[in-house]
Amino acid sequence: MKTEAIIIMVCAQGIVTAITAYFFYKVLTTKPKQEPDSYSENDDETQRQDN
Amino acid sequence: MAAKAESWGSRVGLILAMAGNAVGLGNFLRFPVQAVQNGGGAFIIPYLVCFVVMGIPLLFIEWSTGRFGGRFGNHSTPYILDTMAKGRIWKYIGVFGIFTNIAVASYYCYIESWTMSYVYHSVSGTFNGMNQADVAGFFDTYTTIAKSTTGIPFEAVVFYIICLLLNTYILSKGLGGIEKVAKIGMPLLILFGIVLAVKGLSLGTDGASALFPNANAWDGLNFLWTPQFDSLWNPKVWLAAAGQIFFTLSVGMGTVHCYAAYIKSKDDIALNAVSAGFMNEFVEVVLGSSIVIPIAAGYLGLDWVLQNAGFGMAFQTMPYLFQQWGDVLAIFAGIFWFGLLFFAGITSSLAMGTPWIGFMRDEFGWKNKKGAWSFGLIALIMGLPTVIFFKEGVFDEYDYWAGTVSLVVFAFLETILFAWIFGIKRGWEEINLGADIKVPVIFKYIILVVTPGLLGWVLIASVPDMVNKATDEDTNNKEWFADAYYAESYGSTAEFGVVDSVTPNFVKIAFDNERKVFNKAQSSLTTVKYTDFKTYSFKGDQHTVVKKGDVVKPKDKIAEGKFTNNVMYKTLGRLLLITLFIFICVVVYRAYLKRVKEGRATS
Repeated sequence: MKTEAIIIMVCAQGIVTAITAYFFYKVLTTKPKQEPDSYSENDDETQRQDN
Repeated sequence: MAAKAESWGSRVGLILAMAGNAVGLGNFLRFPVQAVQNGGGAFIIPYLVCFVVMGIPLLFIEWSTGRFGGRFGNHSTPYILDTMAKGRIWKYIGVFGIFTNIAVASYYCYIESWTMSYVYHSVSGTFNGMNQADVAGFFDTYTTIAKSTTGIPFEAVVFYIICLLLNTYILSKGLGGIEKVAKIGMPLLILFGIVLAVKGLSLGTDGASALFPNANAWDGLNFLWTPQFDSLWNPKVWLAAAGQIFFTLSVGMGTVHCYAAYIKSKDDIALNAVSAGFMNEFVEVVLGSSIVIPIAAGYLGLDWVLQNAGFGMAFQTMPYLFQQWGDVLAIFAGIFWFGLLFFAGITSSLAMGTPWIGFMRDEFGWKNKKGAWSFGLIALIMGLPTVIFFKEGVFDEYDYWAGTVSLVVFAFLETILFAWIFGIKRGWEEINLGADIKVPVIFKYIILVVTPGLLGWVLIASVPDMVNKATDEDTNNKEWFADAYYAESYGSTAEFGVVDSVTPNFVKIAFDNERKVFNKAQSSLTTVKYTDFKTYSFKGDQHTVVKKGDVVKPKDKIAEGKFTNNVMYKTLGRLLLITLFIFICVVVYRAYLKRVKEGRATS
């Protein structure tokens, strides 16, 4: 492959992969809001109840 | 009285469902072809710019609009838009958000059924020993309703109905069913994509054969990624980039609003929107660009790709290429490729069912089951003509008016509503409400000026094409029923062709055409002239009226007999779409009357 093609490909794919990973990591690590929130799977977690 | 609203199980489930909604067949088939046709590596620059100034803002608009509407108990666009502005018109503009989904789902499920069928054929070894023409011919046979490749009569219809039933069944399980499919489908899609992308990136010259001695996968990657910076000054390239961003994110459909309507006000939408958006970009830019083009160039050469790049490659070429990997690997590759397309398809088609189901639950108290099966029934009624009259152009007609024009119109109107009528101040507050990231303030001004401007430009630039389509300028056989058949345009600069061979029911016309070939030494495209052929086949009661050596211009009579032209089927397709739109308007009007009666009407 030509150098300029490799540079563009690696840069474009690298930037997109890095930003995707960053945002998804942020989603996974951000503390959820207190109940009642929008998601039902964590409804019974006692430490997340308001009262 | 509305039935109890649902909720998403988890935040990751919602993001995967939203990404699954966006990731579709276009990520693997449309994006690389658009890149090849619009300047290779340079295309990525306008593409990413359009993603930032149009894609992300539209995602913010639709996520926040949906959550805003959900706060008032509205889970589909007619009443989501109605809550945002005064005036009765907005609920009818919101009809686009249901209409587009039903119309697109009706033919999209047909493509999805091809992927199901091709998984079956890959596993059963149907493609073993077939040459390229046989594989292409197989697709042609499959989409010819009267023919069967499995012995099952009306095979294409049967697979279509199975696919629609599967979608309807999952939809009847509510958001939980959709979320489960997304949680299984998206990781599998990415896994299958990575396996095929590794093969595409590492194929090199291993696929060269006696027939295609110069085939090289890296030529495909070179062409796809070598920047041709002069193309940046071409407005058509920017229009193509804007169009690609638009379609790949599934914006302008009403599905994002619907999914987001189940989020509570205090929960984030800003981080969710960019996460789902970038997940779609990952699938498109990283995986989508590393499969079809390099694998096809690796076995058939770049010149073949330049001439044949298109949607059909997925079904007419890839099974043949997989055969080159040996019988066993071909089965796995077939499962991976068509499985990947199936998951890409079903996660999108499921999203298309939710606006109708949400509306009927909100307004008429319909349970999920009733909403899902009614959606399935309407989609079946709308979709059967696209299956049965696929070759007559009904499918393409739906794809153009419902899958292209409606999206742009709706996205433009919703952006104007959000930025200028609802007001950018309130809109900006909505985007930032409960946000887990700090959205750069520049997006406030992009949403106000750049996004509507860009969408307006895409809309205006599409008007001449819309007029041509509506007036059937794309054919010279404009009558529904005719006693003669006239030669169509050659689709090139050629003004005439010469009859190369003719029988009473067949004519082959030679004409001058041009194609682009890749000049490896100069790393640029050069145009070469060649003799192309256009063929026409006629039925028993029709006969040709030209002789070998005759000069044939477009609009010249080439056959006589009784003809039912495709224009009739296309017009009926358009009438069906209009009927569907009016039907949904009537349903929305009934809902409005019900709200008035119950004292819930706001405008």
